[in-house]
Amino acid sequence: MELQTLTYIVVGATFALYIGIAIWARAGSTKEFYVAGAGIHPVANGMATAADWMSAASFIGMAGLIAFLGYGGSVFLMGWTGGFVLLAMLLAPYLRKYGKFTVPEFIGDRFYSRTARIVAVLCLIIASVTYVIGQMKGIGVAFSRFLEVEYNTGLLVGMVIVFFYAVLGGMKGITYTQIAQYCVLIFAYTIPAVFISLNLTGNPIPQLGLGSTMVGTETFLLDRLDQVVMDLGFAQYTTSARLSTLNMFVYTMSLMIGTAGLPHVIVRFFTVPTVKAARSSAGWALVFIAILYTTAPAVAAMARLNLMETIQPSESAENLAYAERPVWFKNWEKTGLLKFEDKNGDGRIQYTADASTNEMVKVDRDIMVLANPEIAQLPNWVIALVAAGGLAAALSTAAGLLLAISSSISHDLLKGVLMPNISDKQELRASRVAMAFAIAGAGYLGFNPPDFAAGTVALAFGLAASSIFPALMMGIFNKRINKEGAIAGMLAGISVTLLYVFQHKGIMFIADTSFLGGMSENWFLGIEPNAFGAIGALFNFSVAFTVSSFTPEPPREIQELVEHIRVPMGVNAAQDH
Amino acid sequence: MAFKNEGDAKAYWKENVSLMFKLLIVWFVVSFGCGILLVDVLNQIQIGGYKLGFWFAQQGAIYTFVVLIFVYTKKMGDLDSKYGVDED
Repeated sequence: MELQTLTYIVVGATFALYIGIAIWARAGSTKEFYVAGAGIHPVANGMATAADWMSAASFIGMAGLIAFLGYGGSVFLMGWTGGFVLLAMLLAPYLRKYGKFTVPEFIGDRFYSRTARIVAVLCLIIASVTYVIGQMKGIGVAFSRFLEVEYNTGLLVGMVIVFFYAVLGGMKGITYTQIAQYCVLIFAYTIPAVFISLNLTGNPIPQLGLGSTMVGTETFLLDRLDQVVMDLGFAQYTTSARLSTLNMFVYTMSLMIGTAGLPHVIVRFFTVPTVKAARSSAGWALVFIAILYTTAPAVAAMARLNLMETIQPSESAENLAYAERPVWFKNWEKTGLLKFEDKNGDGRIQYTADASTNEMVKVDRDIMVLANPEIAQLPNWVIALVAAGGLAAALSTAAGLLLAISSSISHDLLKGVLMPNISDKQELRASRVAMAFAIAGAGYLGFNPPDFAAGTVALAFGLAASSIFPALMMGIFNKRINKEGAIAGMLAGISVTLLYVFQHKGIMFIADTSFLGGMSENWFLGIEPNAFGAIGALFNFSVAFTVSSFTPEPPREIQELVEHIRVPMGVNAAQDH
Repeated sequence: MAFKNEGDAKAYWKENVSLMFKLLIVWFVVSFGCGILLVDVLNQIQIGGYKLGFWFAQQGAIYTFVVLIFVYTKKMGDLDSKYGVDED
């Protein structure tokens, strides 16, 4: 069957599945809408968390990033998984014991202050909105590339699907769709990887294939890759660090605590029935994430090797003649993501690290995962599955983020601050309206992506790392931190991080307004702006401790609240209130 | 509070925090230690086709993280029943 038709069938079938689930899992109360009735099994929640967490960036972007960064790409692998250890030990069980609906609600109660709650809502919205823009763009791009519809049409279809199950089912609908989306995306990711590993190394498990020898030789795949890239003047694959050891350290730390501080992930642990379930659920989430995250480095190395060997076959000294390039090469040339320029006019492709002689003038990183099945000549249904997987990754993350945004508006701002007397029914209606507005707002930003959209996902981590994570952690582990300390800490952390990013990348990423210039010579200790969240978190901690020590200690009942959340016994299913 | 006395409550929290610290040390060593700070030293050792430091950074650290969370879940479950504060 033709690829185009097949893709329509596979993507259409997955969408029908998501809508079917939406109709089956309608939410009848605010408790179901915000936390799926707190009745989700820990393994199921782990799977939903994995889909919630793995965005278009993980599915499409990460392997491509690692393919070109080599060892330096490890910051993303360790950073985006190590955060779950922090989440499991420092936050999830205690927040589940506390047993309410949103992250700002906990901050508001623990720091006995409406101001703290509003500051937390603000930090949450800034971090989540920057993140959701990237997902909306991902949906539009995936549609336009695989189904050859307009970017805007694709985005609109995506919005309608999310609208359907998020507005109808809230957290309950989102949870069950995310489980289905996880299954789609993990099959779409691992099947091509297994085939490629089998082709190159004879080992069907990509994690082992990466450490094996090439088929029919005694040479290890990684040694071969190192050899090939170095012959062409690129940095050695297995040892090339990202900037410096210090930068890698700080970047990894930022991603870890950013992961643990992202509200749409934290809130998933409010949906399980017990404290014990919250602990194990974090473990299951990481199992499901690790399946993709340990496959990604294999995909990265194998795709890079395939690309290099196709263009510059090492056995014969002859480079690939442009006229004889394979079909996938032509297909991706059409999209403009792969570009060749015959600089020396010999009709052959030279691919080197030297910009003056390199003829592959553009090799977009994002094509690595998407083109992989074509490069390995896999059947059409696998390629169609990859399209559905990319869409599942983007849709599931967008829905989770939109729920975090809309519940902080309806529950924290409306019910918590503006209209405390509305009934459960009215609040449920308000949360649906807030969700509809959040989807429309995110869609608007997807249709008119602001100039700063490119840098936003990394910024979201920095913001969550520097504001939300420290406030939650201190709230649980230190009884002495009071409202003055927490508020000052959050504001200090988020401002320092924003300031550092803006001063090097421009205010709101408008290039001309960067007041210290984007040049890396001006970076503080050589730390790149995207990695600055960990430093912002340090500021948050120190400001909070200093201010708290000069101001009165929290009231007795708050200290008792902290005692209460530290012990599992007596957990209520998330209270209706 | 379900503890028999104030002392039990303190002891429970102390054991919890000390377990957490031990596991976080492992968390730090496998990722920041083996994957970043000591990577050049470990890369001298070869396991199959993997340089050891590279393996920790792109595979080993992630496997260890998974194990850490399940060890934590198990040990905390034991601690809860020891002090009679578990949920069931």
